[in-house]
Amino acid sequence: MTLALLVEQILNGVQLGVMLFLTAAGLTLVFGVMGLINLAHGSLFMTGAFVCAWVAGTTGSFWLGLGAGALAAAAAGAVVEMLVLRRLYDRDHLDQVLATFALILVFSEGARWIFGPQPLWLDAPAALSGAVSLPGGAAYPIYRLAIIGAGIGAALLLWALISRTRLGMRIRAGESDREMIGALGVDIRTLYTLVFALGAGLAGFAGAMVGALQSVQVGMGEPVLILAFVVIVIGGIGSVKGAFVGALLVGVVDTMGRVLLPMGFSNFMPPSEASGVGAALASMLIYVLMAGVLVWRPQGLFPAHG
Amino acid sequence: MDKTREMVASVVLLAALAGAALWADAAGEPFYVNLASRVAILGLAGVGLNLALGFGGMVSFGHAAFFGLGGYACGIIAWHAGNYEPILTWPFEVEGTDRMPPIWGVAALVCGLAAAAIGALSLRTSGVYFIMITLAFAQMIYWFAISWPAYGGEDGLSIYVRNGFPGLDTYDALSFFGIAFGALLVALAVSGRLLGSRFGAALTMARLNPVRLATAGIDPFPVRLTGFVISAVITGWAGALYADLNGFVSPTMLSWHLSGELIVFVILGGVGRLVGPVAGAAAYVLLETFVGGATERWPLILGLALLGVVLFARGGIMGALAGRARHD
Repeated sequence: MTLALLVEQILNGVQLGVMLFLTAAGLTLVFGVMGLINLAHGSLFMTGAFVCAWVAGTTGSFWLGLGAGALAAAAAGAVVEMLVLRRLYDRDHLDQVLATFALILVFSEGARWIFGPQPLWLDAPAALSGAVSLPGGAAYPIYRLAIIGAGIGAALLLWALISRTRLGMRIRAGESDREMIGALGVDIRTLYTLVFALGAGLAGFAGAMVGALQSVQVGMGEPVLILAFVVIVIGGIGSVKGAFVGALLVGVVDTMGRVLLPMGFSNFMPPSEASGVGAALASMLIYVLMAGVLVWRPQGLFPAHG
Repeated sequence: MDKTREMVASVVLLAALAGAALWADAAGEPFYVNLASRVAILGLAGVGLNLALGFGGMVSFGHAAFFGLGGYACGIIAWHAGNYEPILTWPFEVEGTDRMPPIWGVAALVCGLAAAAIGALSLRTSGVYFIMITLAFAQMIYWFAISWPAYGGEDGLSIYVRNGFPGLDTYDALSFFGIAFGALLVALAVSGRLLGSRFGAALTMARLNPVRLATAGIDPFPVRLTGFVISAVITGWAGALYADLNGFVSPTMLSWHLSGELIVFVILGGVGRLVGPVAGAAAYVLLETFVGGATERWPLILGLALLGVVLFARGGIMGALAGRARHD
């Protein structure tokens, strides 16, 4: 394995990781503050991608699309929270699973109805097209580097928001004792809607960014949702720091496994078999990682409450 | 809750399912007989899940793993029998078979072992962790089935000749329904008997108050794990039957949509009701066939209907038929 390939794959892993973080952050915040398990989070990711692709296709501006995608996902999140999810905070997780599963059906079929059954395509903006050369000689797309930068920037902003602002203080207070901050006069219903919209907006932003790397289609949010679950189980449910570490871990392990395992097996197997066995095992790798973390620490790497 | 009313509702429901199949067969409509078989098999899968979810309080979002493993056990054994290739050549030779009973045995064994491994890891946690972890393990098996090329990978595996059952022509739609319905009755009888036993009492208590159960000298973990394994075995049996019904196994049987649908059967029918999942599966299959036949937007209608059930009509179909469950 050459140095160029190694660097390229690590960057790909980090890029997947920051995208996963943006999705997982909302999921873990919503669980930490409201105690809600939201399966429809992947649908908000999809909403961001669809609206971005549609707006960018209509106006010709990727940047307008990116903003519109994130805002649309945040708005959709706020509406869903006010109409449906608000009634579920006091129910058990089973009702939450079923209701948000139903929301996935509604979102997916709704997207198919509004945008048609064909996938949409989204081009990366001209300013970010092209590639830079990496140490070792390989070329790496600027757009992917920009995604890494944007993801880390969003993570820093989120950190500043949670640890440095009044809203963040209230979110943290909501995590540790929701009755108490309600009693202290904070409008808890608005706070919940804001937290949900924030998480949804982050997922929509991630969806819009990823939309330029893959086709924008119904169901694109579901693999991301399940990876985000793995991320927050590894990181500790409710912990934003855990989500960040977990996301990078999952992104890098998944990407490297898909490259290294088939290569490793080809040392003692015929190449055709090695690629099959390697690919099959690589697809299981992050779940094995998760199982390992659970055996070691059942509450995840950074347990949110003690 | 009214036990007699629930009993009457259950018997009427099962009789209606059998009656529908007989009527469709007499009318020369094998399509509707197969629909009844589908209800019986999906109901069977739901009965399995209900044991873990409804009675044991383990919200497994990964039961499609067992449904699909049962299906693949059936498909792979039949594939080997059809191609006259032994399944194992070392350390001893194992041939495939095209008989249902040994296939079911293997499916049960595979699902039981998988559930023991998944359960042993997942039951270390509870609540929302358990939901996500069972989902993740099911996804792991799903991705493995897609990327493992030997048995069809993403394209799935066809079962060209439906497996046989001693004394019956399994190609006859009504006979096949008889097998599926018989399996459903066996699973219901076993679940009912189990829940009435000492073990059932411990399983219920592990859901209601694990601390008190532990104080009584019974460790909740092995009780839960046993319940989870039995639940998986029943769902795996349904998977093997489903593979024979369709003559086809594919990773779709392992997908998380299927796990969600199984939960839908249980909740639509009424959580913790023995025959509830059959009612749920029947409602789902009827909706899918008739609404799905009328409009391609049917997932939208299903989603809205489910939202309505969760938000406003708790207790499900059995709750409506047999009175609300006691709050526990």
